Amino acid sequence: MSPTDETSTDGGAQLSDDQLFGQLAETDSVQLSNRERVDIFLDAYVFTPGRVAWSDWRTRLGIIIMALFVLTGTVGTRLVNSPGTNQAPVNHKPFDGGLSAITEDGGWIDITQTSIGSVSIPWVEFFAPLGASNFGEPIGRQLVHSTPDMLQMVIAGSIVSVGLAAIIGITAGYKGGRTDSVLMSLTDIVMTMPGLPLIIVIAAIYPPRQAWLVGVILAIDSWPGLARALRSQVLTLREESYVEASRTMGLSSRTILSRDITPQLMPYILINAAQAGRSVIFQSVALYFLGVLPFTTANWGIMMDTAYTDGYALVNLSNFYQIFWPMMAVIIISFGFILFSQGMDRVFNPRIRARHAKKVGADEEDAPTR
Amino acid sequence: MSLDTERARNVIVYLIGILAGFRYYWERIGHAFITLVAVTTITFALFRLMPGNPAQAMRAEFERKLGGSGQAADPEIIDQMVRTHTGFDPNQPMHIQYVEYLRDIIIYQDFGQSIQYGDPVFDILFAAMPWSVFISVYGLAFGYTANILLGAAMAYKEGSRFDSYSTVLATFLNSVPYYVGAILFLAFFAYKLGWFPGSGRYNTRIDAGLNVDFMWSIVHHGTLPIMSSFIVGFGGGALAMRGNSVRILGEDYLRVARLRGISSSRIATRYVARNAILPLYTQMMIGIAAVFSSSVVLEYIFTYPGVGWYTFDAIQMRDYPLLMGSFLFFTIITLVGILIAEFTYGIVDPRAGSGGQNESY
Repeated sequence: MSPTDETSTDGGAQLSDDQLFGQLAETDSVQLSNRERVDIFLDAYVFTPGRVAWSDWRTRLGIIIMALFVLTGTVGTRLVNSPGTNQAPVNHKPFDGGLSAITEDGGWIDITQTSIGSVSIPWVEFFAPLGASNFGEPIGRQLVHSTPDMLQMVIAGSIVSVGLAAIIGITAGYKGGRTDSVLMSLTDIVMTMPGLPLIIVIAAIYPPRQAWLVGVILAIDSWPGLARALRSQVLTLREESYVEASRTMGLSSRTILSRDITPQLMPYILINAAQAGRSVIFQSVALYFLGVLPFTTANWGIMMDTAYTDGYALVNLSNFYQIFWPMMAVIIISFGFILFSQGMDRVFNPRIRARHAKKVGADEEDAPTR
Repeated sequence: MSLDTERARNVIVYLIGILAGFRYYWERIGHAFITLVAVTTITFALFRLMPGNPAQAMRAEFERKLGGSGQAADPEIIDQMVRTHTGFDPNQPMHIQYVEYLRDIIIYQDFGQSIQYGDPVFDILFAAMPWSVFISVYGLAFGYTANILLGAAMAYKEGSRFDSYSTVLATFLNSVPYYVGAILFLAFFAYKLGWFPGSGRYNTRIDAGLNVDFMWSIVHHGTLPIMSSFIVGFGGGALAMRGNSVRILGEDYLRVARLRGISSSRIATRYVARNAILPLYTQMMIGIAAVFSSSVVLEYIFTYPGVGWYTFDAIQMRDYPLLMGSFLFFTIITLVGILIAEFTYGIVDPRAGSGGQNESY
C-alpha cells in the first residue's frame, strides 16, 4: 500500500490509504488462513445454495434424478454385464412371469445366494427384467451401457454451448457499441438458421465418431438463445454502481467481467447448462433415431431405431416395450434437468435466499430457517 | 416544366423519406439477407472447400459408374456431370465458383440437380414445401394459442389447485420430446385404433382438387403430424405466460387503470394480455426455427413427403445436391417466417425499433 502522490490541500500530514480506509472496517484486516478462505468460499458458493436447493422439492428430485443418471453411467456399468446379442430369447417380454416370478424359480427375478468373501448373503438376480430386443439383447443392459456415452455427450455439449454463450453474450452486453452489434448479428444469424438440418448436413458429410464430438456439434444449435439472454442481463448489471466504481478505478474490462459481472450470472449460467444438457439429449436421440449419425457410440436413440425398423414396435404393439423403455429414459432424464433448472431459478433469487438460507457465521436472528 | 421537375423531385424525396422511416423493417430485411448469404456460404464451404467433400465423392462415384458400364471415364464428361448436379464448374478458381454458386441460387433459383430423381432440386423441394409449412404453421399456431390460454388461466387462478396441477403438468409435458409424442400418436391412434392414417399426405384414391373429400383427406392425414408439431410449439410457453401475467398483475399502472374505472375486460385484454404476450412473441421467433427443424424427424416418422422427408431421403441415398438444397430451403422458410413475425411485432409492440444506442466502453 503506497501513499498517494497527490499533494495535500488541507495542509495536514499525508494519510496513507491504510489509515484512510483500513480503519473503518477492522474485521476486514483480520488475516484469514487459506483454510478459512476455502471454507467461506465453499459455504457461499456450494453449501448455502445446496442447502436451499435441497429444501425445494423440485431441485431435490432433479438432483436425485441427475445423480442416478451419473451413478448409472459410472458405477452401473460395472455392476451390469455388457449387452450382447442372444443373451436372452428374441423379443423376450419384460417382467416375464409377472409378480409370481419373485417367489418362484425362473422368470425375470430370482432370489439367490451370493458370497462376499466367506459370508453368504441373499441376493436378487435379474433375467432381462425389461425384456429383450429383436436381436435378443437385454434392454436393461443396453440402457445402462449407453449412459456413459450420453453423459459424455451432455457434459461436452453443455460446456461448449454455455461457454460460447457466456463469452459472446457477456462481452457483447458489457462492451456495447460496435462489438455488441457485430456479436449480436452473429448470434442472430446462427439463431435463425434451422439447427437440426444444419447439424444433419454437417453430420452427413463429416460423421462424428466420438460421443463428446456429437455433443460439441449439437451445441451449435443451443448457444444463441442463451447468449442473447445473458447479454440482456449484463445490460442491466453494467449500470450497477459497483461496476461503475470498478470502471472509475480504472480496472480492465477483463477484470470487471470476470470479478464483478460473471459471478452475478453464475446461477443463471448453471440453470441454462441444465437446459442445454436437456436439448443435447433430445437432439442426439433424435439424430440417432433417424440413423443420421454413425452407430459408433451407444445411445438410446439407436435402441429406438432398432425397435422401430427391426422390431416393428409401432405396428406390432406387442413389441412396443422395446421402444418404450428408451423413450422413458429420455423423458425421465429431461424431467430431472427441467426440475433442477426450475428449482435453481428459485434458489438463486436473492430475496428468497435471504429468507431461508442458513449461512455459517450469520446471526441466527437474521437468517431464520424456514 | 421546371415546376413539374421540382414537384417530381419533391415526391421522390418524400418517398425516400418514408422508406427511410421504416428503418426497423429495412434492418430486418438486411439481416435476413445476410443470414441467407451466410448459410449459402456454409453450404458452399461444406460442399467444396473441405477435404473429402461431396463434390469429390460424387466425382469418384461417376467415374466408377461410367467405368462399370464399359465407357471410358472421360474427365470432361465427368466434369460436366458434376457441374449439372452441383451447379459449379470444378475447373474454375474458387472465388468465381463461389460467386456463380451464390448467383445461381439467389437470382436463378438453381439449386443443382438431384442425383437419385434426376430432376432439378428446386422443383422437387418447391412442390414439397407447402406441406411442411402446413404442418409447422398449424403446430406453431395451436401450440402458442394453448400457451397463452393456459398461461392466462393459471395466472388468473394463481395459487389454486388448478394452478399447481397445471404447472406440474406443463413441466412434465415440457420434458416429453416431440418425437416421443409422434411415436405414441402413431402407435396408438394410427396403428392400434386406426383413427388416422399412418403415412402419406392425402388419400391418393381421391381426385386432387378443390373438393370436400380431398380437403378432408388432407386434414385427416395432417392431424397426427400437427399434433406432434404442437408439442414443439407448446414448449415451456405456458409457464412463461403465467409468470408474465402474474408479474404484470402486480404492476402499479394496473391499479391506476382500475382506479380510473376502466372496465375489467378492457384491462384484461389491453393491459395484461398485451404486455404478457410480448415476451412470448419474441420467444416465438426463436420457436419458428425449432418448429421447422423438427419437421425432419416428424416427416420421417409419419412418412409425410415434405422438405424434411426429402432431407432424410437425401441422406439415405447420399444425394448431396438434394441435401444442400433442403437445408437452404429450411433456411429460407425459417427466414420468411421470422420476417413475418418481426414485421407484425412492430404492430404489436410500438416501441420496436426505437431502442436507444448504448454507450460503448
